[in-house]
Amino acid sequence: MTAAFEVMREPAERGRFGDYGGRFVPESLVSACEELDRSFHKAWGDPHFRARLDSLLRYYGGRPTPVWECARLGDQLGIRLLLKREDLNHTGSHKLNNVIGQALLAEQMGKTRLVAETGAGQHGVATATAAALFGMECMVYMGAVDVERQELNVFRMRLLGAEVTAVESGSRTLKDAINEALRDWVATAATTHYCIGSVMGPHPYPFIVRELQRIVGEEARSQCREVLAGGDPDVVVCCVGGGSNAAGTFAGFVDTGARLVGVEAAGGAAMHNGVPGVVHGMRSMFLQDEDGQILEAESISAGLDYPGIGPEHAHLGKIGRAEYVDASDDEVLAAFRLLAETEGIIPALEPAHALAWVVREAGRSIPKGSAVLLTLSGRGDKDVALVMSRSARQPELDSEGRRP
Amino acid sequence: MSRTELERSLRRQRDAGRKLLVPYVTGGLGPDWLLAAEAAAAAGADALEIGLPFSDPMIDGPVIQRASVAALASGATPAGILSAVSSVDLGIPVAVMTYYNIIARAGHKRMANLLAEAGVAGAIVPDLPVDEAEPWLAAAAAAGIETVLLAAPTTTDARLKEIVTRTRGFLYAVGLMGVTGERAELASTAADLAARCKEVTDVPVLVGVGISTPAQAAQVCAVADGVVVGSAVVHRLLDGEGPEGVSRLVGEFRTALDS
Ligand SMILES: Cc1ncc(COP(=O)(O)O)c(C=O)c1O
Repeated sequence: MTAAFEVMREPAERGRFGDYGGRFVPESLVSACEELDRSFHKAWGDPHFRARLDSLLRYYGGRPTPVWECARLGDQLGIRLLLKREDLNHTGSHKLNNVIGQALLAEQMGKTRLVAETGAGQHGVATATAAALFGMECMVYMGAVDVERQELNVFRMRLLGAEVTAVESGSRTLKDAINEALRDWVATAATTHYCIGSVMGPHPYPFIVRELQRIVGEEARSQCREVLAGGDPDVVVCCVGGGSNAAGTFAGFVDTGARLVGVEAAGGAAMHNGVPGVVHGMRSMFLQDEDGQILEAESISAGLDYPGIGPEHAHLGKIGRAEYVDASDDEVLAAFRLLAETEGIIPALEPAHALAWVVREAGRSIPKGSAVLLTLSGRGDKDVALVMSRSARQPELDSEGRRP
Repeated sequence: MSRTELERSLRRQRDAGRKLLVPYVTGGLGPDWLLAAEAAAAAGADALEIGLPFSDPMIDGPVIQRASVAALASGATPAGILSAVSSVDLGIPVAVMTYYNIIARAGHKRMANLLAEAGVAGAIVPDLPVDEAEPWLAAAAAAGIETVLLAAPTTTDARLKEIVTRTRGFLYAVGLMGVTGERAELASTAADLAARCKEVTDVPVLVGVGISTPAQAAQVCAVADGVVVGSAVVHRLLDGEGPEGVSRLVGEFRTALDS
């Protein structure tokens, strides 16, 4: 087996993470992927590029984000609970780290237009933001079902000057939005960069997005050492849609003894319920039927509504360096409220999955007194209306045990 | 029917001075897709592409997307389509066109054998570029299935050399940078790419994607050995024109290519 410290570095030849990854794209996209690979390697090794990115993330994005120790909730759970506060980034999630990096890269490649897919709209809003900042055109593809569910984010993207296209094909959700973004890119790659939202897609995307999110794990590691008197956390836990906040966080801890845990939505648990397949340019784990038709994921959190997972996670799971678990909608809603009530932080529903797992396992597979780092990947403003409507549909019992 | 070797058959026609016509029909689309395939064969096609529909047809435009959704919604499966194909004698070679996940899910060897047993001669897998193709190419070759590789306008000379040595059946020259679908004009990239391909290979070079009218087909065949016509055919089926509509359209392409 590969030594742990070699894991989460460069993928092997042809973009492989063990059996997973690769570049399964139409011939028309091969040259665009190759150009991107060359440009990224050049930029990533260029101190001038790195300095510009650092400066943008600091002064525009608000980095570094703090690590906050949840004293009240930690006491309640019998553990030390540390939150990496990615919710405090500009636009409210870790997605900004990725899009600022990709927009800068696009600029270096001479591209004038960004296309992106989005599910809940967080990555779409982040991309629209970066496009406005860089003076680029922006087209965001969003499943028609999600456009209806996430009206406010659609309006935000338009305010930022982006065009939003409702995707009517297939199941009209995130996976179809990715297909549509790829279709756009096939025809426009000469002038357009596809700003993918997670550690997925054809090589080199899973690698690029992980490197752009690595800052989350690197910051968190040194911040944890301050809080834990030089020690590392016992457990590092993140939610996983495609897996970008998890990949960035894990990259900072993969060479420590920390237990790495990725939490998927129960209705989109590609690691548990999926099988190996090749979709969206990569070999990974996917929910699919016996014939290889891709199934729809279903979750209360649109950001985790993806029937697959990034290929590096499939690899980390296979070699046993990380474990992948899932949380149900009900557990997630309870965790959402718990963090709001005990710490005054309203989390996005996505990282509420990670918290739901911690709440379930504290005192069980997480021994009492353990130090747990959880990446709070986004803030919950976008989800408040949804949680409100869920609560309205299932009103709490009154003092006599009746539904009011 | 007994399998007709795709490449041998296409070469024979081409060398006799005929321009090659390969229509595409989405398998499982409506009740009469197989009749439509038979009609296309009878109207002058030299080979047929039968689509095994996939839930996420990433390189297909709206027409074939709609056809794929409709076929899957009515219960189309690879096994069902192949069984239907094996039940008729089309008299010309058949290649399936599908996405790699359909093959990967079945298993390379199993899918190659299924195709061979159904009398299919070739396979076109547009999301499987030459660098990733080896395991499938080996399994396909072992079962006697010819895998058609694709070249694009942005393919470098070095890659093109690799592609032409690995392709079997014919070389699929993608006429434009974009997804399948009808276009008002023939893209300038189509003839350019066909010419580049013809320079480096003797394998029949067929242009597909964006060949929508008989006139466009004739125009590109000044350079290319033939054309693949997909969306224009499927469009007729989606519009309810049935096998007669397909027969008429394929006949028009045949006439244009022969004159
Ligand atoms: C706040 C937040 N966290 C997590 C995710 C899931 O993405 P990933 O798994 O790539 O981190 C999303 C996606 O929209 C999100 O908005």
